[in-house]
Amino acid sequence: MRRGLWMIFRWPLLVALLSLFGLISALIGDEVYDLLSWLSLGVPLLLLGVVWLRLRRSKRALG
Amino acid sequence: MTARALRKWYLVHKWTSLISTVFLLLLCLTGLPLIFHEEIEHYFEPHPELRPLTADSPQIDYDKVIAGALAARPGEVVRFVSFDPQDPLGAVITAPTLVPPPLEAHVQPFDTRTGELFAPEPPDDGFMTLMFRLHTDLFLGLPGYLFLGLMGLLLVASLVSGVVVYTPFMRKLDFATVRSGRSSRLKWLDLHNVLGVVTLAWVLVVGATGVINTLALPILGMWQSGQLAEMTAPYVDAPPLKGLGSLHNALQTARNAAPGMEPSFIAFPGTQFSSQHHYAVFMRGTTPLTARLLKPALVDASTGELTDMREMPLYVKTLLVSQPLHFGDYGGLPLKIIWTLLDIITIVVLGSGLYLWLGRRKVPLEKRLAELQTSDLETEGRA
Repeated sequence: MRRGLWMIFRWPLLVALLSLFGLISALIGDEVYDLLSWLSLGVPLLLLGVVWLRLRRSKRALG
Repeated sequence: MTARALRKWYLVHKWTSLISTVFLLLLCLTGLPLIFHEEIEHYFEPHPELRPLTADSPQIDYDKVIAGALAARPGEVVRFVSFDPQDPLGAVITAPTLVPPPLEAHVQPFDTRTGELFAPEPPDDGFMTLMFRLHTDLFLGLPGYLFLGLMGLLLVASLVSGVVVYTPFMRKLDFATVRSGRSSRLKWLDLHNVLGVVTLAWVLVVGATGVINTLALPILGMWQSGQLAEMTAPYVDAPPLKGLGSLHNALQTARNAAPGMEPSFIAFPGTQFSSQHHYAVFMRGTTPLTARLLKPALVDASTGELTDMREMPLYVKTLLVSQPLHFGDYGGLPLKIIWTLLDIITIVVLGSGLYLWLGRRKVPLEKRLAELQTSDLETEGRA
């Protein structure tokens, strides 16, 4: 399947918007705003954690 | 996208990255300890122990604090008084002259409740200073700042072109696919793509705000010759100060003029942040954002009266807001840890980009692009 721009960029766009939200949130206030910032900026890290786990699993399967 | 357009974008991505990679790696590595500079300095350097307040604790008299600090540093003058945003701690910054090179400054902390002076901090040299200079100006002053700023601009160009060349790769792949079964090169290409695109917004913001920070000196110069000169214009022809009036009263004047704000630092007359005749009290707000947006209150250093107070112009505000967004020091320790992890991922993106280029630099560009385009077209019929 050949993907269009929307299909290619919908996830990166969501991650980027979440990151920007996280960057701004902690500037606006403390406590809840900090927490929101950690959670939304944590999404790209979480995602890469999943990529890493998948990579390790496939390595083991090839083993 | 036509093959010619793709070729151009690819060349932009390649060259902006190649030129800047070594410096960006240096910035990423030296930036790591700088994220935690507060914690590191707090841990390694002796820091004042605040005494609990009692009923007969003295009330601070800033004039006594200044006199005490100067007595400990005979022959020196006070340049600044600064205030810690978290703890009731201040610092008197003295130096042999009012406008020395910044490295000759001495810092004496004090308790902002009682006025108790603590032992002076040791001068900043060693590891953190090395990291800081390598991260900001490469020991070259303004040219160093501007050079690293240029590298930051190349980073921004590399990110934009990187997103464009990401598109044809992903025509046939699901987001975040890493093809690990085949060659190591293919695995690292996919990793470079997914790590790069996922961290894109953060790297873009940290890169762009870093570029703005490299302009701090020109921005300060613009503010001095612009707003500060305007604010102090009535004093241009005034006779030189005979002596400094009460700092305590001047600070009270500034506090009264800016209710709900706290002092961030005070520039003494003759320093680059003030005129020859004013205590410039820079007030700040109390949220993470407004705490960065300083508001200078100019107080006549002999009479203690307020002569002017203004919001900073937009170009200074841009710099002041860029600082936390670059440093990551505005959302507690978890935000610093997130900054660290994203910094490390950026190092991997830089390293993998270099590895991919090294592996294929002997294959002609046309052939590489042709591979990309044909595999793209092959599937087009089926789609």
